[in-house]
Formats: sequence, structure tokens, C-alpha cells
Amino acid sequence: MSTTGDSTTRAEWPLYEVFVRGKRGLNHVHVGSLHAADDRMALTHARDLYTRRNEGVSIWVVRSEHITASTRDEKDPFFSPSADKVYRHPTFYDIPEDVPHI
Amino acid sequence: MTTPNATVPAEGAQKPLQEHFDATIARDQRIEPRDWMPEGYRRTLVRQIAQHAHSEIIGMQPEGEWITRAPSLRRKAILFAKVQDEAGHGLYLYSAAETLGVDRADLTQRLIEGRQKYSSIFNYPTLSFADVGVIGWFVDGAAICNQVPLCRSSYGPYARAMVRICKEESFHQRQGYELLMTMMRGTEAQREMVQDAVDRWWWPSLMMFGPPDGDSPNSAASMAWKIKRHSNDELRRRFVDMTVPQADKLGVTLPDPELRWNPERGRHDFGTPDWSELQRVISGDGPCNSERMERRRSAHEEGAWVREAATAHAAKQAARAEEGAVA
Ligand SMILES: [Fe+2]
Ligand SMILES: [Fe+2]
Repeated sequence: MSTTGDSTTRAEWPLYEVFVRGKRGLNHVHVGSLHAADDRMALTHARDLYTRRNEGVSIWVVRSEHITASTRDEKDPFFSPSADKVYRHPTFYDIPEDVPHI
Repeated sequence: MTTPNATVPAEGAQKPLQEHFDATIARDQRIEPRDWMPEGYRRTLVRQIAQHAHSEIIGMQPEGEWITRAPSLRRKAILFAKVQDEAGHGLYLYSAAETLGVDRADLTQRLIEGRQKYSSIFNYPTLSFADVGVIGWFVDGAAICNQVPLCRSSYGPYARAMVRICKEESFHQRQGYELLMTMMRGTEAQREMVQDAVDRWWWPSLMMFGPPDGDSPNSAASMAWKIKRHSNDELRRRFVDMTVPQADKLGVTLPDPELRWNPERGRHDFGTPDWSELQRVISGDGPCNSERMERRRSAHEEGAWVREAATAHAAKQAARAEEGAVA
């Protein structure tokens, strides 16, 4: 709990989440977060902080508050539609051993 | 993602949550930011991660003092990159701490007001350029011993920050050792500088692992929660075993008359650090505590106008963009 004018100002630098594409052919992956005054500063900070050694060829930054997430409980019924459809998996189907390439 | 674990469930509802948490730890799976976690686990993590972050940030100072006085452009560039990495380590860790629902600015404030601690090692002075080498070799070497097991820490964001950090520490340790090898090939005076730096940094480096196990009250809980994977004494022994052959190769003597190989145990026996010194340095009475804190405080205060200007600029740009959109 701080009431100094300075930390009030600091608190106005919003939090950004940073995603980096390691190299061509890969997805962007979440690597961490940082604070910046605006989008452009977030990008340059992300470059300086997360790609000092060629760790990336592309960076996305997004304000943390703009991310919508599922609830925190992994047992949430939200995910249950994906759990009870075994026929979505190739192993659900019995194919004789001697059928090639399947 | 940084949504804190804010809601405290009622007594009855807490039991299945606790069981789920315990089972996740038992299966050696990671706890992630939005999971329910016991308050003690969260508090322990915040304290440990913040302290770790502060150590990286304060840790820039002892070596940073030598950037302008590095003996060659090569050494200057290396030292610059190394110190910059330490800033990065601090920021990775503050980022991990924020996933637990704390605010970064508040952590900085706590450091500046002396309400949170940082590693005792950074309260010792760097008297010669050989200290830069010895810090890389000992201090970053000790950090590696500490941090490699933390890559498997039970809290996901902390473990991932550690993976990132460990990748960079190897450069830190090697540049230090190489610097010392170069000095050892130099003049007699240079060799003496190296030995002097080794003599001054050895015991404080052993103290980096914290008090002896019998005297480390928080360790048991941290190990049960798999935040920490090894005890202080175990990590200290690993560091000694790792460093002794490196000292031999370098041609320096570690300043401990009790240090010798114990063939039965397959490890080195070594002397006991002066724990009262550690206590003194931790409680604020080390050679450089006030200097380090003062420097951190003034850097924060002198940077305030930059932060304010950036905020004002961002607000102005946003207002202009809005006007443009309306017009
Ligand atoms: Fe570091
Ligand atoms: Fe380091």
C-alpha cells in the first residue's frame, strides 16, 4: 500500500502479456509480461526483455485486461464436451493389423 | 495472465480445493496462476520470488561500478551485456510475482523502504576488476546451483522464469572464469589480485545458500510444496564440489584450511561460514547495505519524471487517436 504520487503514476502503466514466435513455422508462445505506457513501448520493451539472444522473429503484445480466459478450475464443465467424445480419437476405431498405412 | 486468486471459499468448499491442490503437487504437476492455492503457498512464493527479483536488480550494482573502468572494449561490452541480463532476470521474476496478484510498483516500494530483502552477497564491495571475474565464477556459479533445481519448482510461472534465467547464467559464469584465466596468465600483480578477490568472495558466496538447515525455519514447508527442491546445506555442498576442481585448474587457493576431499563420502569436507556475519549483513549491517539501498532509491526517484512523461505522452496520443476517430 503506497500513497506516494510516484507509484500512482507507475500504476498507470498497464500490464501487457508478451507472445513470441521463436522462428518461422512456429506459433507465437506466451513468454511473460511487462509494463509499458503504450503499445509501442510495450513492443520495444518486449524486444529488449525477451529477445536479447535471437529468441524471436515476431512479437505480439496485448493488454492483459483484454484477454478473456476460461475459469480457473480445470474440472469445470466448460471442458466436458471434449472429454466424452472418444470417437474423436483415431484409437477409437479397430482396424485389422494387416491393413497397411492406416 | 495475472488474475489473482482472490476469492476465499467458505470452509466447507475449501476441502476439495485443498485436496485437488495436494494431488497436483503429489503428481509433480505445476500449479498455475488461476488455480486455487493455500494462502501460505501464495505468501511463501510472493516472498521468495520478490526477494529473488530484488536480488537480480540490486545485483547490477557491484559489477555495474566497473563498466566505465573495464580494461578493454571487449570486457566493457561483455560486462554491459551481463549487467543488462541481470536487469532482465529481475523483470522476468517481477512478472512471475505479478501472476500471484501482487503489484510490481508495490514490490519496488517494499524494497526501497527496506520491507523486503535481497541476497546478502550484493552488500560486499567490488574492490578490483578481478572481483568482476570472481563474481561471475562464484556468485553466478552459486546462482546456477540454486536456480537449476528451481526450473522444476511447483509454481509454473516461477519455474518458467528460471528456465529462461538459467539459459543466460552460463554465459555469466564462463565470462567470469575466462576473465580470471586471462589475469592468471598475466603479471604477478594480476595473479595476486585474483587470489585477493577469491579470498574476499569465497565465504560470502557460501553464505548465499542461506543459513544451515537446522536454522532455516521456512525450508520444510517450501520443500513439502516443492517450491524448493533441495536444502540450503545440500546446495552449498554441491557448489563446493563443483568449484574446487575449477579453482585447481585456475591455480588459486580457496581460503579454507578445512577444505579437503573426503573419499568415504565422495564429497568435500569444508569449514563453517561465519553465520553471525550473515546475520549482520542480512539485518542491514553489511559493508555496502546503505549504499546499495540509496542507489536503488535514487535511481527510482530520478526516473520518476521519465515514467510520468511517458504516461502523459501515451494519454495525449490516445486522446488524439480518439479525436481523429470522431472527426
Ligand atoms: Fe541473474
Ligand atoms: Fe547472472
